[in-house]
Amino acid sequence: MSEYLNILTRVQVRGHYEPGIPLPRGNWTRSKNQPWFEYWMGKIGDAQVGPIYLGGLGIASAVCFMIAFEIIGLNMWASVHWDFVQFVRQLPWLALEPPAPAYGLHFPPLAEGGWWLVAGFFLTCSILLWWARIYRRAVQLGLGTHTAWAFLAPIWLYLVLGFFRPLLMGSWSEAVPFGIFPHLDWTASFSIRYGNLFYNPFHMLSIVFLYGSAVIFAMHGATILAVSRFGGEREVEQSVDRGTAAERAGLIWRWTMGFNATFESFHRWGIWFAVLCPITGGIGILLTGTVVDNWYLWGVKHHIAASYPALWGNVVDPATLPGAASLGVVK
Amino acid sequence: MSYGIRTAVLGVVGLGVAFLTIPMIMGFQRPFIETVQHGPRGVAMGLVYNKADEAKTAPANQVPGYLPALPPVGPKASVVYKNVQVLGDLSVGQFTRLMASITQWVAPAQGCNYCHNPANMAEDSKYTKIVARRMIQMTQNINQNWSTHVAATGVVCWTCHRGNNIPVNYWYDTPATPGTDTHMGFAAMTPGKNHPTTVSRAGISSLPSDPFTPYLENAEPIRVQSTEALPAGDRSSIKQTDWTYALMMHMSNALGVNCTYCHNSRAFGDWAQSPPQRVTAWYGIRMVREMNVGYMDPLAPVFPDYRKGPQGDVAKVNCVTCHQGVYKPLYGVSMAKDFQELRTVSSSAHPYTP
Repeated sequence: MSEYLNILTRVQVRGHYEPGIPLPRGNWTRSKNQPWFEYWMGKIGDAQVGPIYLGGLGIASAVCFMIAFEIIGLNMWASVHWDFVQFVRQLPWLALEPPAPAYGLHFPPLAEGGWWLVAGFFLTCSILLWWARIYRRAVQLGLGTHTAWAFLAPIWLYLVLGFFRPLLMGSWSEAVPFGIFPHLDWTASFSIRYGNLFYNPFHMLSIVFLYGSAVIFAMHGATILAVSRFGGEREVEQSVDRGTAAERAGLIWRWTMGFNATFESFHRWGIWFAVLCPITGGIGILLTGTVVDNWYLWGVKHHIAASYPALWGNVVDPATLPGAASLGVVK
Repeated sequence: MSYGIRTAVLGVVGLGVAFLTIPMIMGFQRPFIETVQHGPRGVAMGLVYNKADEAKTAPANQVPGYLPALPPVGPKASVVYKNVQVLGDLSVGQFTRLMASITQWVAPAQGCNYCHNPANMAEDSKYTKIVARRMIQMTQNINQNWSTHVAATGVVCWTCHRGNNIPVNYWYDTPATPGTDTHMGFAAMTPGKNHPTTVSRAGISSLPSDPFTPYLENAEPIRVQSTEALPAGDRSSIKQTDWTYALMMHMSNALGVNCTYCHNSRAFGDWAQSPPQRVTAWYGIRMVREMNVGYMDPLAPVFPDYRKGPQGDVAKVNCVTCHQGVYKPLYGVSMAKDFQELRTVSSSAHPYTP
């Protein structure tokens, strides 16, 4: 006989089939497939799969995504001369690269970055259509549109990286390549070129909200599981009619942290920490190269970079010494 | 959902996870790591050493036994032998000792005949003899004119050759002109990068795989970091930074050191915060450029085709050619102190007529 435990449990909580609310006029008929239960999904979440609804925006978004996905994949495959084995082996290293700096904001030949622009266009369409779908689904369900606005935060960061900042810099080459390792190399090169992103205050804020979101999520999950023995997982009821679960949860935070959120306000902490991570990050990226060219030197200028003792005396740039320019130059 | 579909979905997920994690795990280092403080406290400038890796690198970087130096007495080599263009001022004893040493360092299996025609040792019929003569001049030039890089330690043939006809590590031009080769309208080659590179090039990263042609043969600008806090016209691009980054990865791997051996990584470009090793490396880049452009490239007409790369170029030098995984070749032991004849330029004339 399994016992329900509130951190790791072998019991799968399953309700009856939930067919969803009737859709308003103008919506496409939902998939006729009945929802079904999936045991393995129930291990981590709700076991019910469906009813599935894609609709016009969803289908348009999926089509745009597939176009972008195919362009990126085919370019990667072409880069190993259509060798499928090499495609699989080298996949983490392969990329679809943005145009060279020489092209500025012009449309380059397809094979020299043009495909990158086309793929970026369709990927952006796909993301924006999916955003519209999230917004409309929320409205049709009679919900607030919080999810859509939250999704707009990472879209902002994505657009800054691939669109707004390259526009301001006057060059598509500043944008991120599509590729697993190449986009990570881009991140490192970006920070090195612009003098260490860690001295960018918006990068600092972004990290605060990133780690902060993780902490807040852990605090929330821990608190609610801890008070579930008093019915604390019924958060909505406890928001308006504070029961012993909410009182005990509040008290432990007052005792350990000196202050506590309520069962209602804590969810606003969560959404703001989460959305501020990409919002501040996007601002930091947008300012890089456009307003600040070397974040470390900016930090020195504004007294946020500590100075350390010069351990090795006066190390001088050899390029500034007489005769440096002719060194290694063979006539 | 049917059992088949369920199995297929789980299989795909499992393969995906394996595909993403296995390359990562393969890139991991075996513990334990030792860290030696290299900068002021609080800046995390540690030199990172892996004992298991050191145990593999050390045996390959030992100094071999060699013949003792001889006094400059007796007749000169130029008097006794014919066609001695570079080492004629040595006594016969010194000359013979150096020849025997070069044999030990470069052609221990083939012996004298690797460079000489045994019927007439003086003739220049073998390409190896012409190359060897030029390499002796190169060694002398490094020791005399590049003490900024090799200090008083100096170099001898063994520093690079280690008993091999050709040093184990060298580089050729890479095939494929970037960006021009297309397949069915798709980009077949991304410009020199986005493929796994070898450890001696840019680690196993997707960075540009040939940082040598622009920086160790040509003199393209390496510095990409802005020297002004606010934009003041520096147009160095992120893509350009990838190339500099690749060169730095090569140097790091060649010397078995991490970034902080030469840089305070919070301000890579700032010389005032850099360890003095960065100055040595700066001269090393110029020295290697001179070795490639002044010594290796002009030997192209001398080398037979089978010694050349796919682009028809000669094998060239980079940092790993000498360093071979350690911060100072042979851990800084000087062999040149016992081979004074290799320390000064005795003849700079090109040993062949193109």
